Amino acid sequence: MVAGMAAAGGRRRWWLNRTAMVVVWVVVSVGIWVGLHWYIRTVSMRKAEEALESMCEERARMLQDQFAVSVNHVHALAILVSTFHYRKQPSAIDQETFAFYTAKTAFERPLLNGVAYAQRVVHSERGKFESQQGWTIKTMKQEPSPVQDEYAPVIFSQETVSYIEALDMMSGEEDRENILRARATGKAVLTNPFRLLGSNHLGVVLTFPVYHAGLPADATVEQRVKATAGYLGGAFDVESLVENLLRQLAGNQDIMVNVYDVTNISEPLIMYGPQNPDGFMPLSHVSMLDFGDPFRKHQMVCRYSQKPPIPLSAITTPSGVFVICMLAGYILYAAWTRYDNVREDCRKMEELKVQAEAADVAKSQFLATVSHEIRTPMNGVLGMLDMLLDTDLNLTQKDYAQTAQICGKALIALINEVLDRAKIEAGKLEIEAVPFELRSILDDVLSLFSSKSREKGIELAVFVSHKVPEIVTGDPGRFRQIITNLVGNSVKFTEHGHIFVQVHLIENSNKVMDAKVDTDLNGCLSDMMVPSDGTFNTLSGLEAADRRNSWENFKLLLSDEMPQSDKCKSGMPCSKDSSNVTLMVSVEDTGIGIPLQAQDRVFTPFMQADSSTSRNYGGTGIGLSISKCLVELMGGQINFISRPNVGSTFTFTAVFQRCKKIAGGDPKRTLSESLPTKGMKALLVDARPVRSAVTRYHLQRLGITVEVASTIKMTLNALSEQNGCLRSGKHPYILLIEKDSWTPGMDVYLHDQLLEWKQCGQIPEVPKVILLVTSESDKAKVGSFVDTVIMKPLRASTVAACLQHALGMGKQGRKEMPNGPAFLHSLLAGKNILVVDDNKVNLRVAAGALKKYGAKVECAESGKDALSLLQLPHKFDACFMDVQMPEMDGFEATRQIRLMESKANEQNKCGEADEGSERAEWHLPILAMTADVIQATYEECMKCGMDDYVSKPFEEQQLYQAVARFLLSKPNSDL
Amino acid sequence: MAPTALQEKLNGLVNSMFAEGLLDEQFQQLQMLQDGSNPGFVAEVVTLFCEDSERILAELTKLMDQAVVDYSKVDAYVHQLKGSSSSVGAQNVKLACIQFRQFCEDNNKEGCMRALNVVKHEYYHLRSKFETMLHLENRIQAYETKQQS
Repeated sequence: MVAGMAAAGGRRRWWLNRTAMVVVWVVVSVGIWVGLHWYIRTVSMRKAEEALESMCEERARMLQDQFAVSVNHVHALAILVSTFHYRKQPSAIDQETFAFYTAKTAFERPLLNGVAYAQRVVHSERGKFESQQGWTIKTMKQEPSPVQDEYAPVIFSQETVSYIEALDMMSGEEDRENILRARATGKAVLTNPFRLLGSNHLGVVLTFPVYHAGLPADATVEQRVKATAGYLGGAFDVESLVENLLRQLAGNQDIMVNVYDVTNISEPLIMYGPQNPDGFMPLSHVSMLDFGDPFRKHQMVCRYSQKPPIPLSAITTPSGVFVICMLAGYILYAAWTRYDNVREDCRKMEELKVQAEAADVAKSQFLATVSHEIRTPMNGVLGMLDMLLDTDLNLTQKDYAQTAQICGKALIALINEVLDRAKIEAGKLEIEAVPFELRSILDDVLSLFSSKSREKGIELAVFVSHKVPEIVTGDPGRFRQIITNLVGNSVKFTEHGHIFVQVHLIENSNKVMDAKVDTDLNGCLSDMMVPSDGTFNTLSGLEAADRRNSWENFKLLLSDEMPQSDKCKSGMPCSKDSSNVTLMVSVEDTGIGIPLQAQDRVFTPFMQADSSTSRNYGGTGIGLSISKCLVELMGGQINFISRPNVGSTFTFTAVFQRCKKIAGGDPKRTLSESLPTKGMKALLVDARPVRSAVTRYHLQRLGITVEVASTIKMTLNALSEQNGCLRSGKHPYILLIEKDSWTPGMDVYLHDQLLEWKQCGQIPEVPKVILLVTSESDKAKVGSFVDTVIMKPLRASTVAACLQHALGMGKQGRKEMPNGPAFLHSLLAGKNILVVDDNKVNLRVAAGALKKYGAKVECAESGKDALSLLQLPHKFDACFMDVQMPEMDGFEATRQIRLMESKANEQNKCGEADEGSERAEWHLPILAMTADVIQATYEECMKCGMDDYVSKPFEEQQLYQAVARFLLSKPNSDL
Repeated sequence: MAPTALQEKLNGLVNSMFAEGLLDEQFQQLQMLQDGSNPGFVAEVVTLFCEDSERILAELTKLMDQAVVDYSKVDAYVHQLKGSSSSVGAQNVKLACIQFRQFCEDNNKEGCMRALNVVKHEYYHLRSKFETMLHLENRIQAYETKQQS
């Protein structure tokens, strides 16, 4: 609850955080926009300023140039006047000439609306001058001039300014100052700007001094004043001048221009432009103008008439960047959100996964528990039913009880399968790795189904290749389960014919397959080979689904392994270097087969060939899927070939490890060695090669040499031919006859024939006749003259038992062989033996075993008890000692015993000298009993003074050997 | 029921036990030890085994229930059980014991618990069969004694 709230709070904070991030991002984007905008504006403003500056400078320069041109012209006029008015006598210029000339050259002075020449007249010369000119000097106000020191009356004037003729220029304040400055400097000078007479334009007056000739270049002011002849003046119409100028230039509209006279800097006088400047004030440029008058200063001020427009890019570029920023932000945001969603989803999935896994585990556990819980009471139910069936029941009751029992068994089987399946699914099924005997497992499986196969009259047989090692390491239980399953299916679905289990090494069977393919290619014989009499070369003569298992192949397999097995016998190393053995097991039946459409889902759990199958045959269909899982766990593969109404062949491979020989000797003798049948000869009458090969295989396991004849007649022939050698052979001859060859009447014939031979001395004794039958009904049909009947399926142990029974082997064999139970009996009879074991069960079993052979057994349950019993002198002949015991283990007990003995022996030795005692040294044979037969244990046994060891569940064989060694040798040494 | 039928039933039961892998050849040895001089041998051993096993299983259950498991003790008991089961030829119990001891060596409590359950399960399974078997044997013997008298 609290955690949930905290999580919610965290989420809210986190959300706030995210909103804040969004806001920050937007603000930053806006900031970028503003910054970019400002930057672009600044740049454009600077550019405008530069443009303004250059335009302003350009205008100033042009104005200056135009002005200079005009000034130069006035200068030229001054020269003209000085030249033609003063040098010539009489003057070459009069008013008319001047007016004409200036009018004609006015185009050269577009800025001057008129020029005039005023002569310098000193007061003393006024009368003379006035009389000469015929007019009096007037002031600017058109009045006769008052008396002055000197005068500057205009004598020549251009027509445009003819109104100033005879006016004294010195009467105007501005002009007078101008004149004085001009003649002092010798240069053109300008007046302040003022409204011009006539045009009312702002203008300035330009005054230029005219000197009498002979003025030196570096003349002083006095000299200049003295040499002054007159003044040439012109009014500059500055306003129209600038107007014209600006009109000629580009960008005229955009730029406002003001021209100022800034001689008095504090009080600039406007020369051009509006009195109150408007336009875009913040941006202006000032250019200095030089009109050639050093006294006066002028400047031009330019500015834009309008504020320069903000460039479009100043809006678009930042906007674009802003949009990009927003998009990028959105993408990040979306990605972030997406990431969060995905993470959240992932977390949910994870939770669900955990839940699902937990559910799965729970399911498996539930299945396992429930199955287990059901199984336990079911065992009780079944056991009770078993017992119930043993009581005296009437027929109906018995029927009910049997039905209940069958159902119960089926239920148990089903539960076991479900449990297996659950284990496999939970991955809990582990494959053990223990050494086991493959052949005996197969025998066991066969015996499980023997009653059923007998009932149905099916041939059930197993064949294991000689190349397959006796003992392999793997999981015997699971291997048995697979085989049981496959054979069980086969038995269930087969009504007649055979079920044939074969085990080969995979390399072998592959080799044969290859060979087979070759022959197929050569002759295409095998598939065409449908026998004329309708029987096939299989175990029962019925057709099998997988033709590869026909006799031809089988023969190849047999022939292939023969030399190999010889090699093994002769002690050559026959095992390959690799530690793994891959076996190929095939289970072939001649049952109903699997319908074609169902063949691809045979290994799916709970899937039977079709739903009618379960009605007819029962079962759940889980078995094959379990088998498949098990086979895969064993590192193999399973597959099958099936033809409806012909049969199925299931083949699987499994990987086992080769078993290294168990240290300290092989506790499990091969079957053939332990049996008295070794070295016997048998003649087998069987028309079917496959079947005879199987029989031969089983007999060979018992060490019996087998010859095969296809009919009884041939057998007899063989017998009569061979009788020479037969005589020399000391083993009884066995005649094994398949029931097919056992025709009625034949028995009598055979018997008579054999008897006859015996009487003739052709054969030493009548061979034992053994009949091989498959079903109970056959057994009944057997006539007399047969020594015994062996019921199929063949198993090494049953065959051995039957043979022993038939041959009366018990008495004969034991005499010859020193390791029979009787021998053991003779050895142990009357001997006192102490058995020490803390485990009561073990103790009882061991005691029982030894007692059986006539030994007198005493028991001790601990090492200490044993020690107290073994205080010298004692009566025991041997001691069997468990190794692992609480308090004092077998090693320690043995050490103590040996210690005791050695002390006693030393005493004996001392006494021996005088007594000459017949007593041998004390040495009680102590045999360790141990469950783990590893070398280390064996060595330790020897180290602490034990004599030998026997593996713990007693085995007769080993017991013989161990006991024989000590109890036999001892009397010998005594003797 | 006829003694032969009973005998057949008994044989069938024992055979099925062999086939299932409940018993191994050691049990055959036991059977061979039983003869006229020692008629109740198998029954005796089996009863002994059952008593012993039950005692050990009870001890083991007690040991495993403790918070701190004394694995050496557990191992000793399992070893005993293994010994007696192999003497009787109770193959599955023996195999389960081997597994158990492995877990013991690893001090794997969970594994031990599981193994103990397996052992118990195998043992009870076997015991029910044994009970049936002993019952049959008793009846056969009763029949025989009846006939003799």
